[in-house]
Amino acid sequence: MNKCVERIYNGVVKENPTFILMLGMCPTLAVTTSAFNGLGMGLSTMVVLVASNLLISLLRKVIPDKVRIPAYIVVVATLVTVVELLIKAFIPSLYDALGLYIPLIVVNCIILGRAEAYASKNPPLLSAMDGIGMGLGFSLALTLIGFFRELVGEGTILSGTPLSMSLPEVYEPVTIFVLAPGAFLVLALIIAALNALHIKNNGNQKVEGCDGNCCSCSSARECASGKQNGGGR
Amino acid sequence: MNSMLNVSSSPHARCKTTTRSIMYDVIIALLPATVFGVYRFGFYALLMVLVTTLAAVLTEYVYEAGTKRRVTVMDGSAAVTGLLLALNMPPSIPLWIPVLGSVFAILVVKQLFGGLGQNFMNPALAARCFLLISFTGRMNDFVVDGVSGATPLALLKGGESVDLSAMLWGFTGGTIGEVSTLAILLGAAYLLARRVISWLIPVTYLASFMVCVVLFGGHGLEANFLLGHLFGGGLMLGAWFMASDYVTSPITRNGKILFGILLGVLTCIFRLFGGSAGGVSYAIILCNLLVPLIEKVTMPKAFGWEGKQS
Repeated sequence: MNKCVERIYNGVVKENPTFILMLGMCPTLAVTTSAFNGLGMGLSTMVVLVASNLLISLLRKVIPDKVRIPAYIVVVATLVTVVELLIKAFIPSLYDALGLYIPLIVVNCIILGRAEAYASKNPPLLSAMDGIGMGLGFSLALTLIGFFRELVGEGTILSGTPLSMSLPEVYEPVTIFVLAPGAFLVLALIIAALNALHIKNNGNQKVEGCDGNCCSCSSARECASGKQNGGGR
Repeated sequence: MNSMLNVSSSPHARCKTTTRSIMYDVIIALLPATVFGVYRFGFYALLMVLVTTLAAVLTEYVYEAGTKRRVTVMDGSAAVTGLLLALNMPPSIPLWIPVLGSVFAILVVKQLFGGLGQNFMNPALAARCFLLISFTGRMNDFVVDGVSGATPLALLKGGESVDLSAMLWGFTGGTIGEVSTLAILLGAAYLLARRVISWLIPVTYLASFMVCVVLFGGHGLEANFLLGHLFGGGLMLGAWFMASDYVTSPITRNGKILFGILLGVLTCIFRLFGGSAGGVSYAIILCNLLVPLIEKVTMPKAFGWEGKQS
């Protein structure tokens, strides 16, 4: 059972698909205009991910190695169709907001990546836990990005949910954050903050006298090749 | 000790130019446009220029001091960024918008990419586009003497003719620093005389832009239309002061020519076929992104390497 917990920790923190592995950037950047959309996208992906990991793990000895990618796609596409129809039937507002990006879950790198890297080599229970971990990590990341974009770009908090709030009228939304550039900005700033935190927790690995300007630094070459400080992370 | 007897490694002959002297020259060159903007739009414009510049300098100081880096505010580069940003603002915009722009320019575009010399696009223009996308209405609201008037470019886009002498002197609607063509040219002449900028980028930019406007403008050689486009919008300010920025323009000779031509073509496309009347800022930051590629294809071959496959 300990291994199952480790899988979830791995998916949410250690190998977070968005902030560490940088997988599934297309939905991450495109649909996170609000926390609700981000959460919806994350959870739909998670459902597909858990089911596909479980099925592929069960079928891992049946699927011939040569045609494994088409076989995975068939499994994933079936599951995505199911999820798509369910969302269309029960949460039409989310379906309208996510639109094309629901069928596109089929080609989400996280799902194929986990099938290839984990589920095809490990037993069903662990694979399902891996799917839950990765799915949770993805949902958390998308919700976080969506939360900030919505807060700054629209001046609302958790709109579309019962907890919906909006900032006072005085606040003028910085519209760029709900548009495409804002997605890149918020993602980059969150990753930068997480990296800074990571470096802080793992001791300051900076070279003595480093002012952050590699152009005029004599040891920039060794620094870049990672001989002196392990090249950041 | 006699300095003649010092043993030191090369170089022995040094240029007196420093970042600081260049930046102060740019500030001096921007003064005519600033002074005219203040004369034209009143005390509020002066306040905005001061606050925006101060915000840029303060942001740089706070970030560099806070992260224990070498504090480089005295070299004037942050002040130039702030000043350019202020000159790109409509005269009646609330102060917090240019201040937000200053923080974005210095913090995100300049410092997070490594500080002076490392920014991948012109910070002032990146901030202007950031604000333009975010606050489209306010950024296009050119109020003069309490009346909201159309800018010359908007008039041209609507098919009307413009008053060229007013545009030359600067008695039109527009941002604080872009209205007076003469004041900008005065500053540009100073920069050229001091050899701070080379004429290559601005001249190829303006020339290729004019060629494009003649070809695709649909007005042929009609002087009012052509000169209106040349004097209107941020073209002069952009060509002389922002396209020629050292950090974000190519260093090779052919690269500069290519860069200028690309700028001209893109500006023309944005102005004639784009949704908004102006297009200089977007053209410049887009070409800024192409600079590494331009330098790669125009890198001159070292002596003795001609004819060889590299």
